[in-house]
Amino acid sequence: MNQDVNQDVSSDVIPDGRPDVSSDVNQDVDPDRRLPGRFESIDSVRERLGEVAYLADAGAAGVVFLADRLGKPVLVEGPAGVGKTELAKSVAKITASRLIRLQCYEGLDESKALYEWNYRKQLLHIQSAGTSEAEPERDIFGEEFLLERPLLAAIRSSEPVVLLIDEVDRIEMETEALLLEVLSDYQVSIPEMGTVRAAQVPLVFLTSNSTRELSEALVRRCLYLHMDYPDAERERRIIRARVPGVSERLADQVARIVRLVRTVELKKQPSVAETLDWARTLVLLGIESVGPEEARDTLHVLCKHASDIEKAAKELFTVGADVQAGADNAMER
Amino acid sequence: MLDVLEGLISELREVGVPVSLAESLDAAEAVMQVPLDDAVVLKQVLGATLVKSSTHWKAFETVFDIYFSHQLSPRTGDEDSADATDAGQGSVITAADAPPSPLGAAGDGGIAGSMTDALMAALLRMDRRSLAMLARRAVAQFAGIVPKRPVAGTYYLFRTLRNVDFDGLGARLARELMAQSEPEDALGERLAADEAARRMEMLREQVAGEIRRLLVADRGAQAVARTARRPLPEDVDFMHATHEELQAMRLALQPLARKLATRMSWKRRHGRKGPLDFRGTIRRSLSTGGVPVEPAFKYPRPARPEIFVLADVSGSVASFSRFTLQMLYAMSSQFSRVRSFVFVDGIDEVTRFLAGRDMAQAMAKVNAEADVTWLDGHSDYGHAFESFWERFGREVNERCSVIILGDARNNYHASGSWVLEEMRRHVRRIYWLNPEPRGYWGSGDSIFEQYAPHCDGSFECRNLRQVEQFVKTLER
Repeated sequence: MNQDVNQDVSSDVIPDGRPDVSSDVNQDVDPDRRLPGRFESIDSVRERLGEVAYLADAGAAGVVFLADRLGKPVLVEGPAGVGKTELAKSVAKITASRLIRLQCYEGLDESKALYEWNYRKQLLHIQSAGTSEAEPERDIFGEEFLLERPLLAAIRSSEPVVLLIDEVDRIEMETEALLLEVLSDYQVSIPEMGTVRAAQVPLVFLTSNSTRELSEALVRRCLYLHMDYPDAERERRIIRARVPGVSERLADQVARIVRLVRTVELKKQPSVAETLDWARTLVLLGIESVGPEEARDTLHVLCKHASDIEKAAKELFTVGADVQAGADNAMER
Repeated sequence: MLDVLEGLISELREVGVPVSLAESLDAAEAVMQVPLDDAVVLKQVLGATLVKSSTHWKAFETVFDIYFSHQLSPRTGDEDSADATDAGQGSVITAADAPPSPLGAAGDGGIAGSMTDALMAALLRMDRRSLAMLARRAVAQFAGIVPKRPVAGTYYLFRTLRNVDFDGLGARLARELMAQSEPEDALGERLAADEAARRMEMLREQVAGEIRRLLVADRGAQAVARTARRPLPEDVDFMHATHEELQAMRLALQPLARKLATRMSWKRRHGRKGPLDFRGTIRRSLSTGGVPVEPAFKYPRPARPEIFVLADVSGSVASFSRFTLQMLYAMSSQFSRVRSFVFVDGIDEVTRFLAGRDMAQAMAKVNAEADVTWLDGHSDYGHAFESFWERFGREVNERCSVIILGDARNNYHASGSWVLEEMRRHVRRIYWLNPEPRGYWGSGDSIFEQYAPHCDGSFECRNLRQVEQFVKTLER
């Protein structure tokens, strides 16, 4: 049995408990482990993302392309609800990869992120083996007692994988270190087993709402993508792609109103998701064109705080914000 | 290409954006993967590898635009790219030949007029190509660029925009768009005005880009970059920050304030300091057949700490206090256990004003309603501290931390430092953040040296970077 276990893992594992002495000489990812490029060009990334109704801007498409070519993880930062997580999901979709998601939270640890020994099973195993002293110790540190957690699962998967580490800013500074080995060398060291190296380089996305600054070491290993709210033109196309039955005109109006609302200083800026909700609401209500009445009645879909609704309404419906002032502002800037 | 990249990176470092060696290698590798003729892609690719913080993006953009200006321009018009460069160089030469006078271009009002009309038409149609061409022509005609002069081009921009009647153009555009807007109601008009402002901004950027391109062609990227250098948001000095800079700082301040408040209210729940939870251990052992594999511990649950922030809002620290108010607001919006006080020579609690959702309103309320002057409205730390102790002294306890923000310039009043001494015995920590350079502490009417011994730490706090440093020291 001992032999079998060894056989199973030996393809990926440097056997025995000398952790990664030999493997770390070569810091680089083996070129032969790298998948052939998933994308031909930046435009093709964009096109294929468009096919699954994700309209990427030049930045997002460029970074995804680079991540594939350089075999580096992507750190996506930006306000909530601009489509950071959606980007990872869409990329998984177009590359026909399995999406493995690690949702981060305060208190996340090794046993939840990397792997855990199934010690209940180990204990039962020892007990059932009875008193036969001959059982070698490493028997209980075999494949069958290992519980895979998302990071290890992503590394060991033989099929293509997109690994999404969501809201990485929620874990503590110290826990970040767990990710480093995975992110830079695509390997996991398990003291009892050895080093598990990736059979293929997964595409890795980390998302962050920038509630805190990530450690230098983590950031340095990643490509950085700052996602902001889309411009009106792109948002219009997103609405067209995602909301069935919306007219060109309504989409345009919605996008422009949302753009204006975002210039107001709000507690919570309307996210793309909320824009879509609003557009859906308008379609459901059979509204063809948004006038002040309709906007006022449905604004609560867009803004969630009472004070925000008030402010947004004020901005939208005050005629006093006259032309000259607008032009002056532009000049001052 | 490598030369340009090298220049770009060293300029970024010069500005203060940290670029590590590994990152610059990444950038070089990344550049090889993409077509070089597409400036938009190139910018994104370099940004992704070199700039790892959104607050640095603006600085990166400026540097990139300077170093890759020659790559940016040909994209605007493909067939006339060659003669565009000619025209560019031509204008430099003509500018050299004819000594430019500030009013030089004002004479030929006819040309300016037709230019304005052409711009108007292009703006109405949102024709980027012709807009770019017109911007180029406008710069050639009106900017009056003097070669070899070490300027960043702000004045050239101003001169060009004035000559094409930028303001009037904006107003006309807004009127036209409003007339076009279909539902003729207040909302439609508002949207039209917004659209107009955006298109004007685009024109402005076109002109600015063209001027930058000419400057780079004239003096080389490195020299232009040096004149265009601006401090990063975290390096701007609070005392001398402009309004715009304070605005930019605000975005960076939010996460910082949150971090500060978290650090200050640190609940020591880490480590297994608690006693063994016997019941919990037995309960857990059931799943392993009665063997207590994983013992459970009782974690200490300390009461939630409070933070008191005392901020000087007197005239001597006027722009610093604008920052401190922002800081107070940011902190109190993150944590309910922050109590804020402002003082000049009297002191008042402003926690209730900051509780609202609206920053501008909160600021106005603090300024209008807080009762901070006692005698003459000149800082009197002594009196402010004494009345604080009198009114709120009973409310501080060992769970509280106190942060004081101010320059300790006391106008030769009594220091009242006994309050701090007394307070320190009752609270967990006292920190003092001083907006003045360390060298000035204790000079003139600053009596910081009398307060400093009673604080657990005193920190120079002139820009966001230093605030961040302070927050970091709290980690330990």
